[in-house]
Amino acid sequence: MMAAIILVCSVVFLLQFFVSYSRSLIAASIKHPLSAEVQDVTGIKTSAKGEDFARVVQLLHLCPDRPEDRSGIQAIGAYFGLLGFVRSSVARLVPSLLAWTETERGQCTYFAAVTLERRIAFSRDMFAQQLEG
Amino acid sequence: MPGPFACFIWFIGFLCQAAVLVCALKKGAFRRYLLLNLYMAGLIAVDLGRYKILSEYGQGSTQYLYFYYYSDAILTIFLYFALCTLYSHVFSEMNAERYVKMGALLLLGGTAIFTYAVVQQSTAKLVTHFAAELSQNLYFVGVVLTYVLWGAILKLRETRTRLIQLVLSLGVYFSLLAANYAIRNLYPSLSSVFIPLVQIFGTFLPLAWAYAFWRLPEEARLVPSRLAVIPR
Repeated sequence: MMAAIILVCSVVFLLQFFVSYSRSLIAASIKHPLSAEVQDVTGIKTSAKGEDFARVVQLLHLCPDRPEDRSGIQAIGAYFGLLGFVRSSVARLVPSLLAWTETERGQCTYFAAVTLERRIAFSRDMFAQQLEG
Repeated sequence: MPGPFACFIWFIGFLCQAAVLVCALKKGAFRRYLLLNLYMAGLIAVDLGRYKILSEYGQGSTQYLYFYYYSDAILTIFLYFALCTLYSHVFSEMNAERYVKMGALLLLGGTAIFTYAVVQQSTAKLVTHFAAELSQNLYFVGVVLTYVLWGAILKLRETRTRLIQLVLSLGVYFSLLAANYAIRNLYPSLSSVFIPLVQIFGTFLPLAWAYAFWRLPEEARLVPSRLAVIPR
């Protein structure tokens, strides 16, 4: 009985923490303007869309990553999956939720694009260091 | 010895723990979040100790078993106090540090007494049983305390992005482990699936903290009410 209560409470708290944590990651990157180059590559001109997330993540995998960046994109990937689940289940019954999930999915894509920009800058730095060496 | 996948996860976890210390030192956050960083240093030391005992005595040895549970209990108590320092950060302007310390000690004592009352029936390996049970209970106490802290952050309109991310990632970590232990207690037959998950969950906290120290300057601010699941 005790274990069941702990399990239910932990899962409810986990969802709350996870959603808030993911949104804090997005909020910290949303003010970062995308360079013209990344805008061209990702196709994000004005606002990012949820459908572009997979494509931007594919581009991300082409660049060398850094351990400290990994948690962010993994957490946002999981958050995007959760939003997809909500969108295809609960949001069908609640139309306002559908609009909210779409906005959130777009912000996930924007986060991925900002991470892509950082990785490109990191790769450039590494390349420049190799040339100097 | 554990399989290649477990070794890989262990190595990734070890790298991430080291990354937290490097990032904190480079960004000048080591002393500000001293106990969090000392916890990471403790994790590195314990991981090295576990590896040494594992290679000398093997995974099924009693030496490894004892070392694993005792070190886990000590690390959990350490993380519990690290969480209390986050309380001190949030309540810094209210000069509530003394009350936070007192409350933390009282709650830890209460959890220890409760754990002892639960395990005292088992006469065999009482201390080991107590250590393992105390860790599990502290994870759940940690979840509740982190949730209360998150509530305080929202109420007091705390805006420090780094602090918010440290608290939320700790909440995710505590809830993952508390849920894992609860499932294992409910369905012991699933232990073979859920025990290895502890190691994977263990990589989340160092990754999230390394990100917070490296990417977010101490001056970064955000509006916490925008992060709440239920908008305020």
